[in-house]
Amino acid sequence: MSLRDRIGRAADSDIWFSFKASPVTMVAAGLTAFIFLAALLAPLLAVQNPYDPASLNLSDAMKPPVFFGGDWSFPLGSDDQGRDLYSTILYGTRMSLFVGLCCVVVAMVIGITLGLVSGYVGGAVEAVIMRIADVQLTFPAILIALLIDGVVRGIISVKRHDEIAGFVIIVSISLSLWVQYARTVRGSVLVERNKEYVQAARVIGLSRWLIMIRHVLPNVMGPVMVIATINLGVAIITEATLSFLGVGLPATQPSLGTLIRIGNEYLNSGEWWITIFPGITLAALVLAVNMLGDWLRDALNPKLR
Amino acid sequence: MADAVTTTSGPLVRLKGLKRYFDVSPPLLARVIERKPRAIVQAVDGIDIEIARGETFSLVGESGCGKSTVARLVVGLYGPTEGSVEFDGMDMQERRSAAEMSVIRRRMQMIFQDPFASLNPRWRVFDIIAEPIRAFGLANSTDEIRDRVNELLAQVRLTAADGSKYPHEFSGGQRQRISIARALASKPEFLVCDEPTSALDVSVQAQILNLMMDLQREFGLTYLFISHNLAVVYHISTRVGVMYLGRLVEVADTQSLFRRPRHPYTRMLLDTIPDLEMTGRQRAPVAGEVPSPINPPSGCAFHPRCPHANERCKVERPNLSSLDGGSVACHAVEEGRLPMEERTYAAG
Repeated sequence: MSLRDRIGRAADSDIWFSFKASPVTMVAAGLTAFIFLAALLAPLLAVQNPYDPASLNLSDAMKPPVFFGGDWSFPLGSDDQGRDLYSTILYGTRMSLFVGLCCVVVAMVIGITLGLVSGYVGGAVEAVIMRIADVQLTFPAILIALLIDGVVRGIISVKRHDEIAGFVIIVSISLSLWVQYARTVRGSVLVERNKEYVQAARVIGLSRWLIMIRHVLPNVMGPVMVIATINLGVAIITEATLSFLGVGLPATQPSLGTLIRIGNEYLNSGEWWITIFPGITLAALVLAVNMLGDWLRDALNPKLR
Repeated sequence: MADAVTTTSGPLVRLKGLKRYFDVSPPLLARVIERKPRAIVQAVDGIDIEIARGETFSLVGESGCGKSTVARLVVGLYGPTEGSVEFDGMDMQERRSAAEMSVIRRRMQMIFQDPFASLNPRWRVFDIIAEPIRAFGLANSTDEIRDRVNELLAQVRLTAADGSKYPHEFSGGQRQRISIARALASKPEFLVCDEPTSALDVSVQAQILNLMMDLQREFGLTYLFISHNLAVVYHISTRVGVMYLGRLVEVADTQSLFRRPRHPYTRMLLDTIPDLEMTGRQRAPVAGEVPSPINPPSGCAFHPRCPHANERCKVERPNLSSLDGGSVACHAVEEGRLPMEERTYAAG
């Protein structure tokens, strides 16, 4: 099939129609694309590299934004270390998005695998996996992430922890998010595995794993993609919360959450911009991603069409 | 057939004392707390069938009589609780290497009832039909696979261009033909057809049946045909087995079964077929429902609905016994209590 056919098919699809029919979704998609691009092109768009201590000057600290008595070299003002907030937000968004995407991917891989296994194998394996999932659901995600982070901190030294902070936070958030994927995939597998196309594959004699991966998995990916989109917002917020609480990313590699925490200390002394601008960025990003996820959920649900 | 096949002289498929029970008990907790008993569905309760090469053997019966379970037992989707399925003299239950099993699997395929569920909605038709070819390694190159798939599409009266479409772009009848093409892809000798026309419009049913009969003639296929539609069965079968509650009550070749039904249940089923020439013959209305297979009636399972049942029928389970050409499981027939009835049956 040629590329033109594919584009034609996509333009003709229900999803594209529902996308075009919803202005809110189009705004959300535009905003998401804008933030993603800005984060991706941060090194090109930023006026300074906030990770490079040599480019910072402490005498530039606490400069207000440009329309509040500042100047154009620091359009959104600067923080306590003389870092340009505009550049820092670009890099921080990048960090937040990176961590968020990694969490979603890792959680998705864990969740889909365990969901497929429990749905298809059944029996004791299913019981064990799903009971673990149920138990985990009774704890708030943030608590689990804090717990894992705390355990890791207890095991390794502080210096070493700063180096692998990003890794730790990805693992801890992923481990708190996999349950949803596993439950959804298991439910879909239970429905799909009794369908006749799966039986046709069994008559041919394909192995269980081949049937699961080739036949069942593509048919359960719809709901998984919806959860992934909504979870991206959740992961970013969780990371920001952890960073705000001081157990997330260190101040040397600030994410949006770290920036908000740093700014929070200066909020009462009048330097509001340090916390407000990263806050607005975070809110806009999560709102846009969540609206996309909501729309995707409705668009893929045939009962609501 | 391209491959060298060890052909024995016996029947192609032989079911011996085939039984399949399903455990439908409530969960352990409910059994312990609420003292609910275990529940076993006797879906197939001892069936012996021999299917000769090149014939179409049909299984008919009401919903829930276990005919689909027999189909699934034959292709190995279920394992039997008791008894055996022999294909070309080979016991399917025997442990074999994957390669040996694959050789047998290639020779038998299945066509399913629901053409909307039997094709993976995410796969293109080409890949659906090519799957058995790839799985059994029946082609060496992509070109060979493409030629073979196009040939199969042509055999079921579809075009090569249809291969690049998705199943949802086809009608029910077209989808069923895609199913048939997939089943034929591995060049099987034996096809199990589980109500292949019951989800289709009447006009399309005839089209599918004719296609299946054409293919049978062309490739010398053997069919096990499952249906509840007697008109369809009359059209396609050489022999018919009537099932009731997991057991065979009558087996005969199609003509004698439709002309001279022996078993009261067979007669009742035939009475339900509407025909144009109402002969004025008294029709026995279908009374009652199929009893629960969890707790089947004692003796002959049909006795609660049978107008000819007596005390013996309530106690003693009748066995299939041969009776000129066919076989019947009925005390009344055996004792000669049931007079012979001649029917005129013209399909359509």
